[in-house]
Amino acid sequence: MACKQWRDQLDAYVDGEMPSSESGALAAHLRQCGDCAADALRRVQMKRAVASAGKRYEPSAEFREKVRKSVAAAPRRSAAWLWKLVVAPALLVLILSLAVDWYVNREKVARQRVYGELADLHVAALASANPVDVVSTDRHTVKPWFQGKIPFTFNLPELQNTDFALVGGRVTYMGQAPGAQLIYRIRRHEISVFIFQDREGDTASLPSSPTQAFSFHMESWTKNGLRYFVVGDVGNDDLEALSKLLRDAA
Amino acid sequence: MEVPDKSLPRATFEDLALPLFDQLYNFAHWLAQDASEAEDLVQETYAKALRGFSSFRTGTNFRAWIFRILRNSFLTSRTGLKTRVPLEDEAAEAIASKAPTPEEVLVEQANREIVRDALTELPVPYREILLLCEVEEMSYEEIALVLGIPAGTVMSRLHRARKGLRNNLVGKIRGGPHGV
Repeated sequence: MACKQWRDQLDAYVDGEMPSSESGALAAHLRQCGDCAADALRRVQMKRAVASAGKRYEPSAEFREKVRKSVAAAPRRSAAWLWKLVVAPALLVLILSLAVDWYVNREKVARQRVYGELADLHVAALASANPVDVVSTDRHTVKPWFQGKIPFTFNLPELQNTDFALVGGRVTYMGQAPGAQLIYRIRRHEISVFIFQDREGDTASLPSSPTQAFSFHMESWTKNGLRYFVVGDVGNDDLEALSKLLRDAA
Repeated sequence: MEVPDKSLPRATFEDLALPLFDQLYNFAHWLAQDASEAEDLVQETYAKALRGFSSFRTGTNFRAWIFRILRNSFLTSRTGLKTRVPLEDEAAEAIASKAPTPEEVLVEQANREIVRDALTELPVPYREILLLCEVEEMSYEEIALVLGIPAGTVMSRLHRARKGLRNNLVGKIRGGPHGV
């Protein structure tokens, strides 16, 4: 029976699940067949009745709020967690960089202070009518002269076969500490060599490689508890050559 | 119902899941037939869905997915386990041709309670498939996803569910004040 076949498909038809290729033919049949049309109408009415009856239960406002919070709380919690995860290292980096900055700055200031002082001592000695208190090119004269004047002793290098010449020495002070200042000459340039007892707090951060400050070249190192500074208006090559001689002698 | 961007799973879960709150609650209440059990079911559903949202595949049907979670939660609940009944292919009761059809009676909104009662009396598998089809207006394909059955089974079960509902209604209309 034709109608029986159609009726089996009415559910799919009213549910909108029939392919459009087939639904056209069914619609044509419904226009002709009153029984099938009545059946289709019944099904649509039943669908509406169930849809209406089925919308029955409404959640309470409290429960709605509870679920909304539980769903919304998760991302917020996770966002806060993420926030901390992102910000904490950033904050740490900031604090560290500030600390490093402060430290570097403090070191820089200390270094500048030391360099400034050494440059002053160097210039003051050269400007003095008596640049040195012990005038001698002989290290074996200069070294004993310091005995009893400064609380340490040191070795001076043999300068034969070098361009350097020892001018002499004097006692100097830096940061209330006594030290030796030796003046060397190379090609009409004077170089001051300062030797102090090494006090870590003051000079630990001083670079060992040649540095330029106040248009003087400087080099510094520690050896056997003594801190050496070489200051002069000569080039780095000369400064390093003298530094090497002093290091080897010490 | 697609997740537009997988990199924003949390934000989109809220966007996808909260608009379905009323429907999910209604469905849960219909299944459990109890308000507080329905609330527990919905809450469990949201918790499970949120936890499993990372496994929800972009481009698949979110509504079907979360309804399926709700239904599975119900089936494993105490009430759900009790309602597990084998489906029988009941023969449709013959309807006397002179009596008004249930549909004619039901056109009136006042008779909505009758439908509700008839729906409530249906076994859960019929009740749920009717709700998904008529109330949620899901396609057969979506229903198949929610119930975890082939699309062909959706058609036949829906047919039996409608028959069962109609039988319940016929009984009520004949026995009640609406009978002729």
